[in-house]
Amino acid sequence: MSTEKVKEAIAKILPDVETVICWQGGFDAVHATPCFITKPDEIDKVIWNPLCAQNLTSYLPSLNKKKVGIVVKGCDSRTIIQYLQEGLIDREKVVIIGVPCTGVVSVKKVLKEIGHQPVADVAFDNNGNIVVKTSKGEKTLAIADACPDKCATCQYPTPLVYDHLVGDPITSDKPKESVYQDVREFEAKTLEERKAYWEKELGRCIRCYACRNACPMCICQDSCIAETREPHWISQKLSLQEKFMFHMIHALHLAGRCVECGECDRVCPMDIPVSKIKKKINAEMKELFNYETGVNPDDRPPMFTFNVDEVKIKEHKI
Amino acid sequence: MPELTGKELRVVGFLCNWCSYGGADTAGVARFKQPTDLRIIRVPCSGRVDPLFVVKALLAGADGVLVSGCHPRDCHYTDGNFYARRRLEMLKRLLPFIGIDERRFHYTWVSASEGQKWQQVVTEFTNRLHQIGPLHAKKENEG
Repeated sequence: MSTEKVKEAIAKILPDVETVICWQGGFDAVHATPCFITKPDEIDKVIWNPLCAQNLTSYLPSLNKKKVGIVVKGCDSRTIIQYLQEGLIDREKVVIIGVPCTGVVSVKKVLKEIGHQPVADVAFDNNGNIVVKTSKGEKTLAIADACPDKCATCQYPTPLVYDHLVGDPITSDKPKESVYQDVREFEAKTLEERKAYWEKELGRCIRCYACRNACPMCICQDSCIAETREPHWISQKLSLQEKFMFHMIHALHLAGRCVECGECDRVCPMDIPVSKIKKKINAEMKELFNYETGVNPDDRPPMFTFNVDEVKIKEHKI
Repeated sequence: MPELTGKELRVVGFLCNWCSYGGADTAGVARFKQPTDLRIIRVPCSGRVDPLFVVKALLAGADGVLVSGCHPRDCHYTDGNFYARRRLEMLKRLLPFIGIDERRFHYTWVSASEGQKWQQVVTEFTNRLHQIGPLHAKKENEG
């Protein structure tokens, strides 16, 4: 079982680092939660299974004074590369344990399937299924059906950067064109339909800012301009305009930086497809500058640089 | 924002201090006829224009936003407009995705000597906005 291998890898690096960030069981069987391992006797509580959906790399910029170990999936490793591009972490101070991942489970989707019953136990069989036991019986779901949308088009199942790899590397079998398929489909709608869509979706926003707090690239955190009074970008008013503005702040501050880890979608209590706007910008970055976030540590994020002659940007006529 | 009387639209223009603001001044000094829908905000450089300025203006009641700076390679600060070009192009491509007509936003380059070009840009952009009509229905979005 690869949990044992992850534990072995953690035990191996623990003497060299102050803490290792990984996952442990949460308050019930279907939730995993981040944990910080500092002593060898704590390693027993570590888990690794498709419930480990959180992107743990969010902790790294605030811990950049310490030497830390971290367990990452393929998608999480892109965040680390993006941090390196932006100089937010020091590669020397991070020891990365990479785990190839065949897809995680969206707890929201599982709970919906079982009608939000309390979960007694969760097991994984060898055929890629998750078996959820509740007081009303047992339900078997294919992980491929209960995964977040990002897993359905995952291009990087094996971490792109690591010091220790647990298990054998795997390659993606999903076509590259599928990544921005949903963006293209949405663009095929009319302007009015798109407007109505966002008014409906963003209209549900309760401005809890969970999407921002969970976002690994939202590094301003407590200094976010969504909450400053000077300048006063958005007020406390409960209007669509303010909700729209908040999501535009989030999206535009992530322009060419969003690593598509899907944390914003995962944590949204109102099930708003928050990541869609960022994905659209990423699709444009790919087209304009042939830039993909979090893939090559030597790249420069496109908004941090320029070309004197932009090949793809044409002057607009009125 | 106060309600407008008549047929005028609310157009916000972000103009760089060194070229386009000068260009607008040149057009004024030369007494070129211009539409009066535009409200100019002078910024030090087009690189100062955060795409959020444009979004905020459009959400808060503007019917159109015009950004104008020095021609590429002519920036007073060497490279401000190169950054601006990337950001504004990104924004121009994002706006239709969130349901705002991209014709409501235009960015261009006008130098201090191009009074004639300035007149043309303002006139054509304002005409285009008049064709599309106002973005906000009256007394909407009040929460």
